Amino acid sequence: MPPVPGRRPPSLRVSAAGWSFVTPFLVVFTLMIITPLVYSMYLSLFRNQLMGGTTFAGFANYVTAFSDPKLWDGAGRVGLFLLVQVPIMLSLALIAALAIDSGRLHGKSFFRVALFLPYAVPGVVAVLMWGFMYDDRLGLTASLNDLVGFALVDPYTKKWILTAIGNIVTWEFVGYNMLILYSALKTVPNEIYEAAAIDGANQFRIVRSIKLPAVRGALVIATIFSILGSFQLFNEPNILKEIQPALISSYYTPNIYAYNLTFVGNQVSYAATVAIVMGLITAVLAYVVQLRGTRRDA
Amino acid sequence: MTITRNRRVALGAMATLLAASLTACTGGDGGGGGGGSEGASAEEIEAALEEGGSITYWTWTPQAEKQIEEFEKAYPNVDVSLVDTVGAGEGNTKLQNAIAAGDGVPDVVQIEYQSIPQFQLQGQLTDLTAYGFDELESLYTASTWGSVSQNGGIWGLPQDSGPMALFYNQEVFDEVGVEVPTTWDEYIQVARAIKEDDPDRCLANDSGDPGFTTSMIWQAGGTPFQNDGETVTIDLADEGTSRFAEMYQPLIDEELICQLPGWSDEWYQALGDGTIASVALGAWMPGILEDGVPDGMGTWRVAPMPTYDGTPTNAENGGSTESIPEAAENKLLAAGFLKWLNSSDESIQAFMETGGFPATVEHLESEEFLGYESEYFGGQKINEVLGAAAADVNEGWQYLPWQSYANSIFSDTAGQAWLDKSSLLDGLAAWQEENVSYGTDQGFTVNG
Repeated sequence: MPPVPGRRPPSLRVSAAGWSFVTPFLVVFTLMIITPLVYSMYLSLFRNQLMGGTTFAGFANYVTAFSDPKLWDGAGRVGLFLLVQVPIMLSLALIAALAIDSGRLHGKSFFRVALFLPYAVPGVVAVLMWGFMYDDRLGLTASLNDLVGFALVDPYTKKWILTAIGNIVTWEFVGYNMLILYSALKTVPNEIYEAAAIDGANQFRIVRSIKLPAVRGALVIATIFSILGSFQLFNEPNILKEIQPALISSYYTPNIYAYNLTFVGNQVSYAATVAIVMGLITAVLAYVVQLRGTRRDA
Repeated sequence: MTITRNRRVALGAMATLLAASLTACTGGDGGGGGGGSEGASAEEIEAALEEGGSITYWTWTPQAEKQIEEFEKAYPNVDVSLVDTVGAGEGNTKLQNAIAAGDGVPDVVQIEYQSIPQFQLQGQLTDLTAYGFDELESLYTASTWGSVSQNGGIWGLPQDSGPMALFYNQEVFDEVGVEVPTTWDEYIQVARAIKEDDPDRCLANDSGDPGFTTSMIWQAGGTPFQNDGETVTIDLADEGTSRFAEMYQPLIDEELICQLPGWSDEWYQALGDGTIASVALGAWMPGILEDGVPDGMGTWRVAPMPTYDGTPTNAENGGSTESIPEAAENKLLAAGFLKWLNSSDESIQAFMETGGFPATVEHLESEEFLGYESEYFGGQKINEVLGAAAADVNEGWQYLPWQSYANSIFSDTAGQAWLDKSSLLDGLAAWQEENVSYGTDQGFTVNG
């Protein structure tokens, strides 16, 4: 019988090859992402008690979570952090990227490396370092206040501690975000700049009409990363807590809250609930940013 | 705020989830016990030690290495592998995770007295009565034995004790021209004198430490926590607690104590250079000073705790036991090692030689111990002071069954007093409220 002309079903060999490419990813993805996610959802349906052990609780943990002042206190704090720190950090990163890309900066590669360097410092070390500088008896803060003769900066107070954390985070991650934006700027072909120059566009016009649209996608990505980072704020306050226990509460951020509930409070299930609730909020926010950010006519 | 950071945090979160999941897996058999034939006689334990095998021992005590060396000399067939758990807090977390995972559970583990209930109530510790350890009661001081035997079982053997004492820097006291305070009123006056002499110096440091605060309440005669396993009573306004809070309030209000958390590098430095002139801590402190503050050689002395009205009164601060987890693999051998570790003369001698403060009456009362002249303390017979301190410890103190958690939320509530110079009693009331609600959630009947 002659072979049937036209479309053939994909051969088993081809599809096997496809699967063999995808499988390593799928295995890791299932093991490291799906499994813990499903497990924590499962866990969040239980209740742990020192007296009485673990019992099924349905959605009771979610009901508790939605009216838990500690959780919303922490969530509000990281929300505020997100609204203030992220725009500042990304603006600084953008300015730095534009400056380095402008070609008018002497020692361009020095600045690029210098700005990026804090990112290479391990987070814990960075916080310890800043934690020491903030000290108003021995640290840089003390020297600064001595110099001006009054308490100009006082990071270890209720009023300033969140700002102090924002400062550390900004210091750590401006360089990284600058690099993302700078690499987006590098993809703009030279011809466009030449054309703009022929049209008589000045530098500001070039920035506004060519460079900013060019980094838009990168900016969306950087924003999404920053939203995730803000909502998962943990390292910085958790290390500062050791220096200033009364300034950073056990529910200062949702992650600190979940951590304390799990490892000290014997409330693994409720901690899982907190993690899922915060995960959902973060996912929704990131999605909204992505939708808005990629809209053609925005 | 980058991928790497998110990943790092995500890893942390995942570890949390993983620990969480594992707890759920094994949650069911928490109270199940380790099978039918639990327990053994002294002969069986001895035979097991002779026969040998290997066990794992988790501890943060610096004396452990020396003790294990001695042990392996006595029982060459037993191999003890030592895991350093760094400190009490990390030790708890590590043990909790191992038990939840049902894997890598140590055979013998060091636990602070105050943390015993949190493991015991969940059925995670072995009742050592079955190994005949009830016969060892007379070896230990009443307060340490009371800490390991509760809720109808024996959950460990006391390793050390920490009756409180006032450790002070004689040089600073001489410079300022003050005497060692014997009452808390005098203590406050000394604190003022030191501050006046040099505003950068303090008599003491404290930034709201729950362990210190509870010990101070204990010393003042308070018994704010009472529990019989199911019913818990919390009264952080009882006579003793109020007495402590009223005494302590001026120290906070007048900024007489340095807000410097203990155990930090700055703390050790401040103890060495005279910035902090004294600490009121457990009798294990000489070892810490010798080890962590070499600059203080010859300048430190020890005195009994100041009193409220001239009557000697004292409390324990810290101190720990070694226990055998319910999920330990080699319980018989573990029991043998534990018994040797905390009741044999060789082991306790080795413990004392390296600065440990024992819990055994015989050693606390021995001539050799009491007569020891510490070079670090300028030749002072420190154990005379510390031994007497052990005898004055107030009876009837109990911790909460969830003391670690209670401590973790201390700075949210009571700790605010240190920060805002607000009322310590109000802060303690807020702490009580949080604990009542947590305890009720955890299935206890809580009065408070």
